[in-house]
Amino acid sequence: MMLHPGVLSLITGSLIVIVMMIYASVLGVKIFRKWNVNSSSAEQLSLERKTYLVSTIINYVFGFVILSVFLFIYTADDIHRLFMGAMCATGSLNANPVGWKVLYTKMVVFFMSAVWVAFNCIDQRSEDYPLTKTKYKMLLFIAPVAILDAYLQMKYFLGLKPNIITSCCGALFSEGGTGVASSLSSLPLKPMVIIFYGIIGMFLLNAFISLRFQNSISKYALAMLALIVFFVSIASIISFISLYVYELPTHHCPFDILHKDYYFIGYPIYITLFSGVFFGMITGILEPFKKRLSLNTIIERAQKKWTVLSILLILIFVVISSWHILFSSFTLKGY
Amino acid sequence: MEKHKKILEYTLSSLLRRRYKNLAIITVFSFIVAALYSILFLTHSLKKEALTVLKEAPELIVQKVSGGRHDLIPTDYMKRIQEIYGVGRIIPRYWGYYYDAITDSNYTLMGINGTHVLHSNSKDNENYPSPIPLPQGEGARGRVKDVFSDENIKGLKLLNGRMPSNRKECAIGKGVSDVRFTGIDGEIFLIDSKGKVLTFHVVGVFASESAILTNDLIVINKDDILELFGMPSDRATDIAVEVYNELEIPFVASKIREILPDTRPIMKGEIIRTYETLFNWRSGVIFTMFLGALLAFCILAWDKATGLSAEERQEIGILKAIGWETGDVLELKFWEGIVISFTSILTGMIIAYIHIFFLGASLFAPVLRGWSVLFPPFRLIPYVDLYQVFVVLFLTVIPYVASTIIPSWKAAITDPDTVMRG
Repeated sequence: MMLHPGVLSLITGSLIVIVMMIYASVLGVKIFRKWNVNSSSAEQLSLERKTYLVSTIINYVFGFVILSVFLFIYTADDIHRLFMGAMCATGSLNANPVGWKVLYTKMVVFFMSAVWVAFNCIDQRSEDYPLTKTKYKMLLFIAPVAILDAYLQMKYFLGLKPNIITSCCGALFSEGGTGVASSLSSLPLKPMVIIFYGIIGMFLLNAFISLRFQNSISKYALAMLALIVFFVSIASIISFISLYVYELPTHHCPFDILHKDYYFIGYPIYITLFSGVFFGMITGILEPFKKRLSLNTIIERAQKKWTVLSILLILIFVVISSWHILFSSFTLKGY
Repeated sequence: MEKHKKILEYTLSSLLRRRYKNLAIITVFSFIVAALYSILFLTHSLKKEALTVLKEAPELIVQKVSGGRHDLIPTDYMKRIQEIYGVGRIIPRYWGYYYDAITDSNYTLMGINGTHVLHSNSKDNENYPSPIPLPQGEGARGRVKDVFSDENIKGLKLLNGRMPSNRKECAIGKGVSDVRFTGIDGEIFLIDSKGKVLTFHVVGVFASESAILTNDLIVINKDDILELFGMPSDRATDIAVEVYNELEIPFVASKIREILPDTRPIMKGEIIRTYETLFNWRSGVIFTMFLGALLAFCILAWDKATGLSAEERQEIGILKAIGWETGDVLELKFWEGIVISFTSILTGMIIAYIHIFFLGASLFAPVLRGWSVLFPPFRLIPYVDLYQVFVVLFLTVIPYVASTIIPSWKAAITDPDTVMRG
């Protein structure tokens, strides 16, 4: 299974990411231990220069991780033909359940490195680099997850045997089955629609409030709500949004919407959801750092920008995913 | 935004100023990309071609196995298979390979005759109704997907003439007609298993849309093929079985194994998966071989990026002296990488496209398509897909960018005064 071009490139990419992460972490530890802004020694100067290297590396890693999430799903989708019973990425991931964990670790690495890039962005704008130590402590958390991700990915592809009979989205995301996926699919329709639009409405309302009044509570609430929006939206995609896209009351697959047959509608849906949620969360995550004097105005300005971005992205997400619900001739009134 | 645009503008002009050095990188980079794309394009087209052909293949093929080898199957077996619920038409197939010493090529010979077809929808089979209601009549019959059934042969586009209807008549593929210098109303002779020469009258020449299917094919009467190969009259090469419900294929296959333990049922899905794996494996092997070249390229990129000329150092020194920050220089280097990578990717893709779809994949075809003597002419269907772009992007741009990070950083932290002085 290893000798599939997509698998080869994923593994090559992961290896490069690991090497870069380890190198950055080693530098990070050095910087973290010896960092002293007030010193003007040669050592401090060389450390300051090394921060540029580390931030460049992590920026690139972030870019690679985004690409690798898509490449992974795309590859899983491509190899489904090798398994009996598989019809899309779900089938390939089921063929070796480690695949699901790879998907989750990739998402975690994605969010963690995104947070890092945001911290770095704020830190570099300030005169005295107040977030440097925090930043490099964070690196030590991201690196193990990236390594775990590469390890699981390797395990997934090595463990794929073409003679496995797997079950695809039709079985996994069915309403009668057991397990998380099935329970998500069998969520009652009406309450789910109400919860989805309710949560999104609350999120948007809160975002406007936090734009208008600069208080910490609304920022924390925004981050919490963004997290809730994320899970509710994923559940809603599985439970009813996908039904309208496929125009089929029994098909709940969250991967098939990425297919050409549905005009790649899944890409804008997931991209806007992920980035919208991220911008919502990062405003809350940065809130405690506002106490530092040199960061106060910088963070405030960034928060404003990110809140607006988050509102826009989530709005686009809602419009795209509601489009089919409102304008297709398909209806779920009988269910 | 304006700032980034200006930096990009500066990058482009600085790349142009050092065009020979950058051209070297771009040439090597494009070559690597072209090689990788060629492999992907070619395997994809071959895979597509194979799958198109297989789409029409029968759901289930039953072979007799004797001593672990494929053996001729008694036609009596058809009646046993007929007893299984859900089985549609059962067609014995007569085919084989023929080595032609004169032209040094292999032909595929196939016998046709509709009389052996058992049909579960016919009247004498009413005792065995299908377990689930199935569409009857023409529609149901249209589902018989058998390349080698008479029905499908008629569906293929004959360039000229007709299918053989009497003995000692034949229809031949374009490749056969070319190597034997014969055509309609011509003659072709084949030597049978006893060394006797049999002469056939050519009544049709195929020109299938997909030449892979009929290029080396000779279709003759069933009785002729029995005579030619010296096969007993109650044997066939294998048996094609139609299964109405796709979901029942594995079950029917296991039933056949149970009733006829000396047979080997082959499911269509298995063949398709084998082809997938085979092509993935082949392209993967060549990809792995190219990883060495990729590594060499990364070393080259590293080396080129590290070996900054005194002139370049001075340039960066001046930029920093006039107010550029380390971050700006890093951005400059980032844009440099992007411009070089994308130029190379596009050039490489165009080279690969020309190589595969216009020049017939002359470099890789022998390894990737398999081996046979009478090759069908290659007319690959051009197909570029986002996935291929992604795969190559991942395999080339990421190593390239990764290997230039440290050299770019080294360049960016240069002290203006030391360089300008030195």
